[in-house]
Amino acid sequence: MQMADTARPRPVRRLHPGPVRVMHWINAIMILIMIGSGFKIYENQPIFSWIRFPSFLLIGGDPEVAFKYDSDPGFGGALQWHFMAMWFVVINGLAYLTYGFATGRLRRKMFPIKPREVSETIREALRFRLSHDDITVYNGVQKLLYIGIILVVIVQVMSGLAIWKPVQFSLLIDLFRNFETARFVHFLGMSAICLFLAVHVTLALVAPRTLLAMITGGPPVNESPQTPAVATPHAGRENKDEDSDAVSLSVPSDKRD
Amino acid sequence: MKIVTPSPSRFRPTSAIDQSILVENQALLEKISRRGILRGAASLGALTMLTGCDVTNRDSVQDVLRAMSSWNDRVQAILFDPNKLAPTYSEADVVRPPRFNAFYPIEDVKPVDRASWRLELGGLIADKRPWTFSRIAGLSVQSLVIKHICVEGWSYIGQWSGPNFRVFLERIGADISAKYVAFRCADGYTSSIDMASALHPQTILATQYAGEDLTAPFGAPLRLRTSIKLGFKNPKWITAIEVTNNYPGGYWEDRGYNWYSGL
Repeated sequence: MQMADTARPRPVRRLHPGPVRVMHWINAIMILIMIGSGFKIYENQPIFSWIRFPSFLLIGGDPEVAFKYDSDPGFGGALQWHFMAMWFVVINGLAYLTYGFATGRLRRKMFPIKPREVSETIREALRFRLSHDDITVYNGVQKLLYIGIILVVIVQVMSGLAIWKPVQFSLLIDLFRNFETARFVHFLGMSAICLFLAVHVTLALVAPRTLLAMITGGPPVNESPQTPAVATPHAGRENKDEDSDAVSLSVPSDKRD
Repeated sequence: MKIVTPSPSRFRPTSAIDQSILVENQALLEKISRRGILRGAASLGALTMLTGCDVTNRDSVQDVLRAMSSWNDRVQAILFDPNKLAPTYSEADVVRPPRFNAFYPIEDVKPVDRASWRLELGGLIADKRPWTFSRIAGLSVQSLVIKHICVEGWSYIGQWSGPNFRVFLERIGADISAKYVAFRCADGYTSSIDMASALHPQTILATQYAGEDLTAPFGAPLRLRTSIKLGFKNPKWITAIEVTNNYPGGYWEDRGYNWYSGL
């Protein structure tokens, strides 16, 4: 191998590569637009009379603007926002999945998810002894949540397409049983995304380094085969697994250089 | 390091803060302050710019939203399969009476007199003679048990009967290569649909609901009923039909609702 060649230093690989950061923030903005405009659309015809959303959370609902442009309290505007942001969510999401599969990042970061690791993380969290020493390695709960939210968004897009085009995409309607159940699944998906957001944003604020890492790229990721795994008190074994995984994956990229 | 203590206090540390970490990581700190902050500022700046244009430049935001809506019109026209039928249901599932919806409450409905009612025709139509209700009633009747889906999200199953719209358009010599079919209603409501949807086998001029003549709140004497459009694209109390190549818009369509609104 050409590891002896140290004249030209390789660019440092960071926890979150540029494309991931860009896609993360595009997604963050567009998902918030989807939720806010979705709330406004829901408010026009609530599924449950006891679940209502306060007006400050609604998007496309500024009555002043809506009356000026649409002579309507903003429901048409909310639909416009929703059907604009959907393109960004879907295209950005497909780009993220393509990038994640092509670079092996998804497999490297999210797998394997071991039940023992998950229960251990939960036990540590309950004892307030959760380790944040190494933010480059996701713990079991993180892996589970991130994979979970990706699946929820996929189902959310499918139920959204189903209620947008119930005749043209009748197969999707059949998948969710009928129009009404598809609409309910779309509501449940929104609820799950909001729950995830609450946890995700809270944890990012509890450990601001992780939030900063999504802006600056975060700490360098160790992918050199010669450096031994850095053992941290809580993620010792798993960390080693991760690193050996990273080694095998970093070899082809070395050769490409 | 030596520190000067002005007054002896229990809460004052006995030694200064250890500065060695700062010295050790000076390179890293410089890197963070130069590149990291700049890069961070760029993405945060992008965020504020986005919210900024929402607040300060509403016209351009509205332009973008309208442009996206007409882009969605085009995508929906491509997705539309003229031969794909919407699901139909059993007569046992029909809701009686149907659900009322208009841009005003049901009390404000002004009934239309069937006997004096006339259907005017305009635009790219060969035979523009107005139709009376008895002439409409003489056409063969098609019955549909289909779901009505409102843009608001609610839905119900209804049974609608009346002449097939394609048969009617051919009968009056309409130019079926034209782009749009526009409708004007007795209450001032307007709407329009694309020709491909007008020619769909499940698009009819409904005169009956659940086997009985339409009642005033639901569009008597004549309304459009199509299985492949949202509810507001099914105008009630139709008094005029025009075939045209100029985009006609409509009541809700002019208020920001997506024009195509196909199912």
